[in-house]
Amino acid sequence: MPSLATFGNELYTGKRSYDFVGKYRLWFLIAAAIVLVSIIVPLVKGGFNLGIEFRGGSEFTVSQTTNTEVSKGEKAVASVVPSAEARVTNIAPNTMRIQTDRLSDDQTLAVRDALVGTYGVKADQVTSTFVGPTWGADVTRQAIWGLVVFVLLAAVLMAVYFRTWKMSAAALIGLVVVMLVTAGLYSLSDFEVTPSAIIGFLTILSYSLYDTVVVFDKVRENTENIQTQTRRTFAEQVNLAVNQTLVRSINTSVVAVLPVAAILFIGSYLLGAGTLRDLSLSLFIGIIVGTAATLFIAAPMYAWLRAREPELVAQAKKVAERRAQPQAEPAAG
Amino acid sequence: MARSRSTSAARRTLIWLGVLFAVLTAALAGGVVSSQAGWAPKLALDLEGGTQMILAPKVQGAGDQISAEQLNQAVEIIRQRVDGSGVAEAEISTQSGRNVVVSLPGVPDTKTRNLIQASANMEFRPVLVSAAGSAVPKESRTPKDQLPNPTAKPKNASDENWVTAALYQEFEAKECLDPAAATETKTDDPAKPLVACEPDTGTKYILGPVEVPGTDISSASFGQVRGNQGQSLNQWAVNIEFNSEGTAAFKSVTERLFGMTGAQNQFAIVLDGQVISAPTTNAVIPDGKPQITGSFTEDSARVLSEQLKYGALPISFQIQSEQQISATLGAEQLKMGLLAGVIGLVLVAAYSFFQYRLLALVTIGSLVVAGVLTYLAIALLGWTENYRLSLAGVAGLIVAIGQTADSFIVYFERIRDELREGRGLISAVDNGWKRAKRTVLASKAVNLLAAVVLYFVSVGNVRGFAFTLGLTAVADLIVVFLFTHPVMVLLARTKFFGQGHRFSGLDPRLLGAVPLYRGAGRIRQPSEAQPKARSKNAGAAAEAVRRQTIAERKAEQQREASAVGRGADKESN
Repeated sequence: MPSLATFGNELYTGKRSYDFVGKYRLWFLIAAAIVLVSIIVPLVKGGFNLGIEFRGGSEFTVSQTTNTEVSKGEKAVASVVPSAEARVTNIAPNTMRIQTDRLSDDQTLAVRDALVGTYGVKADQVTSTFVGPTWGADVTRQAIWGLVVFVLLAAVLMAVYFRTWKMSAAALIGLVVVMLVTAGLYSLSDFEVTPSAIIGFLTILSYSLYDTVVVFDKVRENTENIQTQTRRTFAEQVNLAVNQTLVRSINTSVVAVLPVAAILFIGSYLLGAGTLRDLSLSLFIGIIVGTAATLFIAAPMYAWLRAREPELVAQAKKVAERRAQPQAEPAAG
Repeated sequence: MARSRSTSAARRTLIWLGVLFAVLTAALAGGVVSSQAGWAPKLALDLEGGTQMILAPKVQGAGDQISAEQLNQAVEIIRQRVDGSGVAEAEISTQSGRNVVVSLPGVPDTKTRNLIQASANMEFRPVLVSAAGSAVPKESRTPKDQLPNPTAKPKNASDENWVTAALYQEFEAKECLDPAAATETKTDDPAKPLVACEPDTGTKYILGPVEVPGTDISSASFGQVRGNQGQSLNQWAVNIEFNSEGTAAFKSVTERLFGMTGAQNQFAIVLDGQVISAPTTNAVIPDGKPQITGSFTEDSARVLSEQLKYGALPISFQIQSEQQISATLGAEQLKMGLLAGVIGLVLVAAYSFFQYRLLALVTIGSLVVAGVLTYLAIALLGWTENYRLSLAGVAGLIVAIGQTADSFIVYFERIRDELREGRGLISAVDNGWKRAKRTVLASKAVNLLAAVVLYFVSVGNVRGFAFTLGLTAVADLIVVFLFTHPVMVLLARTKFFGQGHRFSGLDPRLLGAVPLYRGAGRIRQPSEAQPKARSKNAGAAAEAVRRQTIAERKAEQQREASAVGRGADKESN
């Protein structure tokens, strides 16, 4: 197996090349299928596993308890509010989470005391949270606002920087795929959707576009003087750019995923459900999906969007003519 | 002298970075020495422990709409109430123009909680008795048999029969000069008399029942008093305007009070159980537009008129979410967050070594510099802007490790690309930087844009996260420009990296580079093994040639004197 540096060299020279652009039909078909599934699954399942922030209710977290019996928590809640439905989960070693319907202030304090008693912990090891039913909706509304404003501004920024709206459009199509697939995965796997997960989700968008911009910058560089040469067609130049930045893409996603994986590990195994786990889980999924979307969707989409421009068609023809001549070098790729 | 010029530029840049660090550190040290700041960043509630309530203000009759002005008043009301309840270090802020966030250390009692939620309560009560604010010493208090003893049911709100023995004892014992006691806020019964303080003057009062509720105020303003000819009298006044019910009620109040003497001539404006003003009645006000004059400054007139507006806007608050986090859990989460950060950093470092050999030292060095820069910024912002680091913020910092490291990856890969083109390391660094710079700037702009947008539209935790993401994007840019690049310029001149040691991560042989110049004075033709047709080749080759040693250049000159264009500085080496 060649070292990654050799691998990089071969990608750079075009000796080794993966056909990201040429096989666009295949990638788009796969992406369309995944996107379709991502849309159908939430519809069939009736949405997402929404966190307490969206349902409204009270939540208690008991930490550092040696007793992790679920029934104890249920009994403790029932002893205070018999009618309340309690969802008791052992979310991490020595950590219990108890979610109930919305309780009044007095009930909250009473349940808290009952939990302190049953689980044999000190009062300050029980954390209580109360969330009104509109809070999650608030967070979502703001998040959607953020999403819309960000996407619009980013589209303008990219169109100005790359001086073509087609790059903007291709990047945004890639972004939409990332969003839908991540949302679909959340619905499929029943991961809890909390405000923290939404933060992570918004960060993915930023990361995903960031990744696309880096690759597109190389694409722009490679296709800058497309008309002055007849070695490669436009699509081939785009593909070369993607291949040339492939080592970067791999390195970047590995380096981005490693710290996120660290948070995910700590969040899941040591802390239990909460900000860290929810945030890192959506990032973990999103970074991987985002990197793939840049390679398989955004770049081929850009080539496809421009392929029918008259100048580029003419250029592709010239390349074909030159290749037909006997003295031409063998085509790369 | 191209070579030494870029070296000294690199050195200068590093010195600037040093200056930046020195300034930031000195600023923080100054804050610590004057004990306004701490070395450690301030922590948010989820890491420090405490209670956070997110309140949605509700204005009676205004639906869900609340103006920025009303929200600011809401914050002001809550601040007064929380301060009044004796809770120290409470923080009150607004969120996304709609909500009020109250952060309190510890767990608030039911009383505080109710107080925070209740609507602002403004009312007009007649004064029955007034006295200096200090509590009457126990020995000189009125003996039991001389206490007032109401003989009949009170006829009106100013009737002294309201003053019972118990009320009078409460009044005598009341201490209004102690700031904590004086600013105590409470809810009161409008139909009963009230003992209250006026914190501004340190006076205490027994007040009759409510005669005009604050909701009857339709507006309040302040301005200068005008004389008969409309000339300014250089005296500040507060103007109140009542609605029709208020006008009628206030007319009958002033009709009664105008004829009375002493304290009973005064009426008190009470906000949340505190007297904010107790003017005397100089005239009967039939039109519902009283003017309060006195020793107002512009400021005090504005404050009073704004307080009167609260009365016109009875804002109550609904708890949207409430979170209580114990200090131990907070500390635990912080510990775990930091642990995750360390693990993430170690993994990134290990992967960098695997990929870039000793060049990874530059990555790690840059990450450390970025980390210190971010720490200084957070600590300074904690001091000046009261920025507090939350768990989501810590997560943002950890996520940023990867994104920051990516700038270096983009740069290193560009240098490698240039090496593959056959350049020497020095020119590869220069050329790679020119291209990487653009990419890094463009991609960081996207990051920064996302962070700024998120910050401005977001609520709650998202904000802390967006803030650290934005902060680290800026720190990243500073580090790439002021640290990573200059260090690379200098390292390119070292033997270890410059000659492409096997472990330097920049070994041209490993990178499969085909030198443009191949000993014996033979220059490779651009088409020979050049993988890629680029219009820049001529220029790039010229650049590469410029970077050759004198001996190489001379040898080449003999053979291909006219092959490549040279810069004007060709002999200046």
